[in-house]
Amino acid sequence: MVYSYYPGCTLKTKAKELDKNARLCAQALGFTLEEVEAWQCCGAVYPMGTDEIATKLPAVRALHAADEKGQSIVTLCSACHHVLKRVNEDMRQDKDLRTKVNNYIAQEEEPYTYNGEANVLHYLEVLRDQVGFDNLAAKVKNPLAGRKIGAYYGCMLLRPSSVMQFDDPENPTIFEDFIKAIGAEPVVYPYRNECCGGYISLKEKEMAEEMAGKIADNALSKGAEVLITACPLCLYNMDKKTGETLPTVYFTEFLAEALGIKEE
Amino acid sequence: MQRIGVFVCHCGTNIAGTVDVAEIVEMAKPEPGVVHAAEYPYMCSEAGQNMIINAVKEHNLSGVVICSCSPRMHEATFRKAAEKAGLNPYMVEIANIREHCSWIHKDKAEATQKALTLTRAAIAKVQLNSPLFPDESPVTKRALVIGGGIAGIQTALDIADAGFEVDIVESTPSIGGKMAQLDKTFPTLDCAACILTPKMVDASAHENITLYTYSQVDKVEGFVGDFTVTIRKKARSVDFEKCTGCGACSEKCPSKKSPSEFDQGLCTRPAIYTPFAQAVPNVPVIDREACLKFKTGKCGLCETVCAPKAINFEQEDELVERKYGAVVMATGYEPVSLDKFGEYSYDSSPDVITSLEFERLTNAAGPTGGALTRLSDKRKPKSVTFIQCVGSRDVTQRGKAYCSKICCMYTAKHAMLIKEKYPDIEVNIFYIDVRTPGKAFDEFYRRAEDEYGVRYIKGQVGKVIDNGDHLQIQAVDMLDNKKMELQTDMVVLATAIEPVESAKSIATMLTASIDTNNFMTEAHPKLRPVESPTAGVFLSGVCQGPKDIPETVAQAGAAAAKVIGLLVKDKLMSNPCTAKPDELYCNGCSVCENVCPYGAISYEDCEVNDHGVREVRRVAQVNKALCQGCGACAVTCPSGAMDLQGFSNRQIQAEVDAICR
Repeated sequence: MVYSYYPGCTLKTKAKELDKNARLCAQALGFTLEEVEAWQCCGAVYPMGTDEIATKLPAVRALHAADEKGQSIVTLCSACHHVLKRVNEDMRQDKDLRTKVNNYIAQEEEPYTYNGEANVLHYLEVLRDQVGFDNLAAKVKNPLAGRKIGAYYGCMLLRPSSVMQFDDPENPTIFEDFIKAIGAEPVVYPYRNECCGGYISLKEKEMAEEMAGKIADNALSKGAEVLITACPLCLYNMDKKTGETLPTVYFTEFLAEALGIKEE
Repeated sequence: MQRIGVFVCHCGTNIAGTVDVAEIVEMAKPEPGVVHAAEYPYMCSEAGQNMIINAVKEHNLSGVVICSCSPRMHEATFRKAAEKAGLNPYMVEIANIREHCSWIHKDKAEATQKALTLTRAAIAKVQLNSPLFPDESPVTKRALVIGGGIAGIQTALDIADAGFEVDIVESTPSIGGKMAQLDKTFPTLDCAACILTPKMVDASAHENITLYTYSQVDKVEGFVGDFTVTIRKKARSVDFEKCTGCGACSEKCPSKKSPSEFDQGLCTRPAIYTPFAQAVPNVPVIDREACLKFKTGKCGLCETVCAPKAINFEQEDELVERKYGAVVMATGYEPVSLDKFGEYSYDSSPDVITSLEFERLTNAAGPTGGALTRLSDKRKPKSVTFIQCVGSRDVTQRGKAYCSKICCMYTAKHAMLIKEKYPDIEVNIFYIDVRTPGKAFDEFYRRAEDEYGVRYIKGQVGKVIDNGDHLQIQAVDMLDNKKMELQTDMVVLATAIEPVESAKSIATMLTASIDTNNFMTEAHPKLRPVESPTAGVFLSGVCQGPKDIPETVAQAGAAAAKVIGLLVKDKLMSNPCTAKPDELYCNGCSVCENVCPYGAISYEDCEVNDHGVREVRRVAQVNKALCQGCGACAVTCPSGAMDLQGFSNRQIQAEVDAICR
């Protein structure tokens, strides 16, 4: 299976290991990630303004590029996934936006129309729905037995649930199922879908630290030794606060380790 | 050519404020057939009606057009006036220039033009009106009440006291409904059982009332005054006549692990059981899915211990067909499922319960004997937190947009019941708004806050976390505009209520309409609140909309009064605006039969005389008593054979022509 792959800026800079391990694991698991050509930054935040289309165009271009190839588009970064998925839904549901965007694209050098046809998948969804966690477990060479891993979902993968359609926003299980598949023990803790503070860490450091601290305390109290996440921003906030007592790593690192292909 | 009079109503300024009434009068005068036109500030008043009556006589009118409000409002009024003047009442047409015109437009010139168009259409129609005469049909002097909660019981008692026979069909083994599960009732805090059980006994003992418990309505045929209903008496596996209600069977039953429906699953019951001690009738049923005799063939202990030999494992469902003049829906409610409300941890934490579960927990006859304990560790809680509007006033897809109405009051009641028993327990209530209109209601809520020290927090709860020895609540305090966290030992969810699921299928059988929330629709939301738009079907209790016990009892009495008003009549006059087939055009294709929602159309082989050719043809027949005049058949008929009297194809065409002129 070949997927269009939208890495996003952070995976090219601060979160290289999220990207690198994901590509390696894809190979090992028998699917290919084909990077979208000339992709642009998704904007990192889903634009709430309704009178401006420019902020949604990069997502539309990537979505169209994948759709033109007849491929689903796969993302890793929670923020990119969130933006792509929601813009795609907007292109399906919001007639006004669709008209404006398509009118704009009609003026470009290679015009096309886009109506939200693309299928947006998160890497974890590929593991769950395409590869299958049972198949994944069968390919694990180096089970992480005895490791107590807390899944940290954050908010962007789950909400708004009607659009993201990722998992139950209150009691998600996809990360826990993943942790089981790689042979480790999932630690379920109630704060696993709370917000880490997101970009508030730029403006109000203390507030972000307090929010991240609560998540870490909760995970520690339930016995977690390490947290996994798909989100570079979550990792940044968590690491800043509790990097020493409770490290946070990208889920793809553990995946690579379990598959026995992690490069040191 | 008719001699038509046009009467234009000002409706105070309701119409005259937006429509130039004088111009309508002037413009109507030259219309074909119009011999008289007049205006009046309130045409529906006695003076206005007399004006019509006098004009009919003076100008020898044969048709009347009233330009006024919707026909749903005053058509009957003006038809009666016409009848007084000696006209056939069906020679009156209404041009609705209020709801369809003045109320929805602002520009006077445009509104006047539209009112004129509507008036011309009505004039064109009345040109083609012909006198219609209603048929008479008999009235079966017995009523059916579907649902045996407080609504159904009260309706049945009131009808029975007036001297008419009533049957109650109740799906569970006992009458009593939700009220039987409650502990105390607001605002007087008298015990629910103390005021309900005497009524249950009255209903059971009343010579005019027959109870069909553990039964359901399978089929409804017929129409107002003459319903035929098939009732399925589900197999109790216990002989009703022989059972003395001694309870030995339930005591000896070895299969005691089924969750008790009456106690909301907080404890278990035997496979042979009565739902509660004061059940009426006091005759148990066997839950065949739990019974060892039915599951494995072995056991039969109940049969052995039953002295009067009432156990009957071979009993089968019994179908009873009964005739009724009127049917009352009193099917009640259920709390909504909390599957989609994961943030409250209801499924994962035993210490998060619903309000109805709390009623059982605080009830002296409940599973804990009324002692308030956490279900997880049987510990007495130090703090209890109530969350209101769980699923109510929630416009997202998972919730109900409406207010469930009873929760503010019962939550205040719960808080007080706790404080009465355990003054040391801290009680918090999260609310969006406290809504306590009703006699002595606001005073009741204030007592909870002022006298009992219940802490009311305006804000919604985002998450309930079970930390084992306590629960943690994340919420927003909207008055402080701050996120807050609260530790508590028990959470009680004031869950939204919705109509029982079966109400929908029963409503379909009765061809009675329901709204988007599955509540029964009233014939008029203000003026006919206890009648369904379907003649002969009446509404009692929460099936029509959320309401508390006092309101339910009041509505139950109102529904009974309407039923009595129907049953005292010996004959009913039917609406003559029914479908009528032309046998010469009918080709017997069955299309109309398929679209008729009332089952009013059948086919007969009739001898017809088609321009001198006599032959037998299969042609449509309309049962005028069943036909509601909806017109579905008339528009479907491919050969134009079906016509609706009073709304004939020619009349509609004339209206359209007048509008497009």
